[in-house]
Amino acid sequence: MIETRGFKVFRFFGLAFLSLVVIVPLYVVLTTSIKPLADVQGLFTWIPSRVTLEPYVQIWQTVPLASYFKNSLIVTISATVLSVAMAVLAAYSLARLRFRGQRSFSLVVLSTQMFPGILFLLPLFLIFVQIQRTIGVQLTGSYLGLIITYMTFSLPFSIWMLTGYFASIPKELEEASMIDGTGRLGALFRVIIPVAKPGIIAVAVYAFITAWGEVLFASVLTSKDTRTLSIGLRAYASQQDVYWNQLMAASVVVSLPVLIGFMLVQKHLITGLSSGAVK
Amino acid sequence: MTVNVLPPATAEEDLPPDPHQQAPLEPAKRKRHRSPLAYFLVGPAALAELLVHIVPMVLGIWIAFITLNQLSIANWVNAPFVGLQNFVTALDPSSPIAGQLYGALGRTLMFTVIVVAIAWSMGMLGAVLLTSSFKGRGILRTLFLVPYALPSYVGTIAWAFMFNQRDGAINRFLVDDLGILQDRPFWLLGGNSFWAIVIVTAWQFWPFAFLMLLAALQNIPGDVYEAASLDGASLWKQFTLITLPMVKPANAVLLLIMSLWIFNQFNVPYVLFGPASPEQATLISPLIYQQSFNNWNFGLGGAMSVMLLVVLLIASAFYIRMVLPKGQHDD
Amino acid sequence: MHTKFRWLAALAVGALSVGSMTACSASGGSGDADTITYWASNQAPTVERDAEVLQESIDRYTEETGVKVDLEVIPWSDLYNRILTAVSSGEGPDVLNIGNTWAVSLQSSGAFVPWEGDALEQIGGKDRFVQSSFATGGAEGQAPTSVPIYGLSYSLYYNTAMFEAAGITEPPATWDEFVEDAKKLTIDTDGDGSIDQWGVTMAGSSISNNAHQAFVRGLQNGGSLYDDDGNPDFGNDGVVAGVKQWVDLMAVDKVVSPSDAESVNGADMAATFADGQAAMFFDQAPGDNLKSRDFTDYAAAPVPMETADATGLLGTQSHVAGINVSVFENSGNKDAAIAFVKHLTSDAEQKYLNESFGALPVVTAAYDDPAFQTDVIKLKQVTLADHAQPMPLYPSEGQMETLVGTAIKNLLATAAQGGSVSEADVKSALEDANSQMSSGQ
Repeated sequence: MIETRGFKVFRFFGLAFLSLVVIVPLYVVLTTSIKPLADVQGLFTWIPSRVTLEPYVQIWQTVPLASYFKNSLIVTISATVLSVAMAVLAAYSLARLRFRGQRSFSLVVLSTQMFPGILFLLPLFLIFVQIQRTIGVQLTGSYLGLIITYMTFSLPFSIWMLTGYFASIPKELEEASMIDGTGRLGALFRVIIPVAKPGIIAVAVYAFITAWGEVLFASVLTSKDTRTLSIGLRAYASQQDVYWNQLMAASVVVSLPVLIGFMLVQKHLITGLSSGAVK
Repeated sequence: MTVNVLPPATAEEDLPPDPHQQAPLEPAKRKRHRSPLAYFLVGPAALAELLVHIVPMVLGIWIAFITLNQLSIANWVNAPFVGLQNFVTALDPSSPIAGQLYGALGRTLMFTVIVVAIAWSMGMLGAVLLTSSFKGRGILRTLFLVPYALPSYVGTIAWAFMFNQRDGAINRFLVDDLGILQDRPFWLLGGNSFWAIVIVTAWQFWPFAFLMLLAALQNIPGDVYEAASLDGASLWKQFTLITLPMVKPANAVLLLIMSLWIFNQFNVPYVLFGPASPEQATLISPLIYQQSFNNWNFGLGGAMSVMLLVVLLIASAFYIRMVLPKGQHDD
Repeated sequence: MHTKFRWLAALAVGALSVGSMTACSASGGSGDADTITYWASNQAPTVERDAEVLQESIDRYTEETGVKVDLEVIPWSDLYNRILTAVSSGEGPDVLNIGNTWAVSLQSSGAFVPWEGDALEQIGGKDRFVQSSFATGGAEGQAPTSVPIYGLSYSLYYNTAMFEAAGITEPPATWDEFVEDAKKLTIDTDGDGSIDQWGVTMAGSSISNNAHQAFVRGLQNGGSLYDDDGNPDFGNDGVVAGVKQWVDLMAVDKVVSPSDAESVNGADMAATFADGQAAMFFDQAPGDNLKSRDFTDYAAAPVPMETADATGLLGTQSHVAGINVSVFENSGNKDAAIAFVKHLTSDAEQKYLNESFGALPVVTAAYDDPAFQTDVIKLKQVTLADHAQPMPLYPSEGQMETLVGTAIKNLLATAAQGGSVSEADVKSALEDANSQMSSGQ
């Protein structure tokens, strides 16, 4: 877009509005995380009258947060990598190749998003237990079961999104590569993936966030050794009391990996055709 | 020609116009035969989907036709088959359950339309404003992602904290600081509770739209805009005549999926209100949860889910037909 | 090519993950002759504290029997779902805690070992238990599938300083006295025109608290949530009168702050009480909470009844609250599991555990311990023994709690926003809840 003066003003106000909407609840989270518990339980104050970093220390003791962190990282990273890999391959196939059952596959995959997530819970657990019994691979209470579950959860949207994305990349790019003798797969890796980076990154972020914050399935598929952060967060609201300040502090800590990760990859969201790759 | 409900733009005709594209190759050179490589590529995804999504869903559908409660659950394979009885209980207008179901459906529809509209608009606004490069863009991009990156439980609980009638930040601001309201309104009870879930859900979801639209906007070459503004097109015209059509394929998918997810939204009302939502804010997923998990009546919950599935399938089919009609022909 | 490397890296990570996962499998729960799995509920302020307390007890058990115990403390938000999946899949722990109101529901699933014959003998027989607690273990006329381990009951907690200031010398013994006292205690302390000290505080959005009140108030007024045939009957006169009494505290008597309609957590009541914003409330065990806020100006009294000398059902002051323990029918090591339950219900462990968790022993012998001689505990012991009834012992109890609790929450919400709540309103809300009960069961 050409940046006229008018556009710049519009942009300023637009971004200010969005920023405000985002920041206010975050401000509440942050300030609550540095207040002593007594201050948190009364009327909300915008400026904390007393400031303490205690909550950030306490959170590691109230709940085994470090262990939950490790578990979440393992499960989420594995699920994300696997999911993106499978989605890229499947989406490419749907966008460029023809095969039997192509239509049904797409539709069936889409239909899984129409069924309430909570109703997959019990059947999935039962199936996992069956598999466990038949071939002896531990799926409940282990990382594997959760990884498989999460990687599949992000597949439908990832595949649909990437298919559209791939389809809008001109075929000439691959064809040029194939003429050079790389074959279909080679073209995929050499040409399509680099060009489709923004889409792939977006989908990877989506997969990561989905897995990172998922609660329902984690609550039944984990045991105390594999418990993830999302479950752990709920433990700050215990039988007796809700430790708001610790809960907020833990929330800040839990959100950091996602944000740091995103900060690292977000520049890759801006590449591709707009830089004239087709020339 | 039958309408092919594939994901968008799988045919040549649907490519967005690319002024720098070379002349298309002759039809004879396009690969049209069935490709065995395809099966290998799709295989892993298909397998995963089968295991985690499809088979459980089929099982879930089967549950709608049996009686599954605490009496039969330990031996669920042999649970008694009751045909359509669960459906009758769920749908018969004279039963109190059905009354709740229909109410929840209507409410959820309204909820979805409002939230998707808000979230998409904000997402599009953010994407458009952050496409061009300027100082601090990276920080803003990361900042905007935060509501979505925050685990849903956290974001919701923070809002619950703010919505508290007596001590929360919202009422503190409106009543104490600004003084525009006299009485402290309830946000988590009564009529306002619907707006509470709208606000929280929109807040959590708009970065997702933002993220996807940002990626989609990358596909539009800058030169197109240059050419347009040289021709004298205003910014708004550029937006409606260039941006929107060129992100249409991605947009269509985004809107469809967002609508489905928000329609099936469970986390926000559950965390905000607990297992029993106020009447004015009862959505369909929490209602189904209540029937299945609270009441140990999985058969009924299953029937409601099947019905939901059917409704959404029909709606999606219409949507796909309407929004992606062109170019989905089999040759 | 860097893209190829990415692909390979992805595969490698994936394979590595998959590989290491099969090695990292957590225990399944049954089979190993020297280990049993125990799922404990969250009783202490933190899950970690629960684990600490229980580990000591477990160590003593392991020393005695040589059997190791794999302990997992599960937060309340997850416990029910875990039990559900365990029951339906047949894969679960050997021993587990349950909220005692779930007992009958779980019993009808057939997934738990009934306590009769040999098993019952092993834990010392029925008579050593507090009878009201023991009665919660299963439906009447059937062998129970759970036995109690922690007991609790409701009491009236009141602010002694406020009582003195208002000139009230004795805690109220009847409901009328209670309302009268509450009115005297609802005042504007700083003269700014709005009330800042309320007579009573409640957790209006707590479904379970509401259900408990409906149960107790209903019985005190001569009604009952289920009729003699075991059918739900929420609309009967006694229950309606009882629920109306409860809702009226906010709607008519105006002794409860409207903000309380939103309190979800029982702990909110303790916070309000400790802050000096309310003079009285009903709760099971807020002691720890009040102590952590350094609040000591309070005492406990029996929950008021319709008449001061009521006995039997009319004399119900609380439901029999507590935690029970069950053994999974699919357990691979039932003997060790039963022996563990025996350990948990032994006099010595009962003293230790209940003292640590601030609960009441469920075996009469343990009450001799000096730890249980405080006024509050003695009061609750009497309540539990003579003035408490188990929540209705039917499989649909859970559904009842949700429906009745929600109905009351909605009535309180109406009252909080200034609406009026007549007896007809109460009756129709309860009948509505009732009509949703029969589906599918």
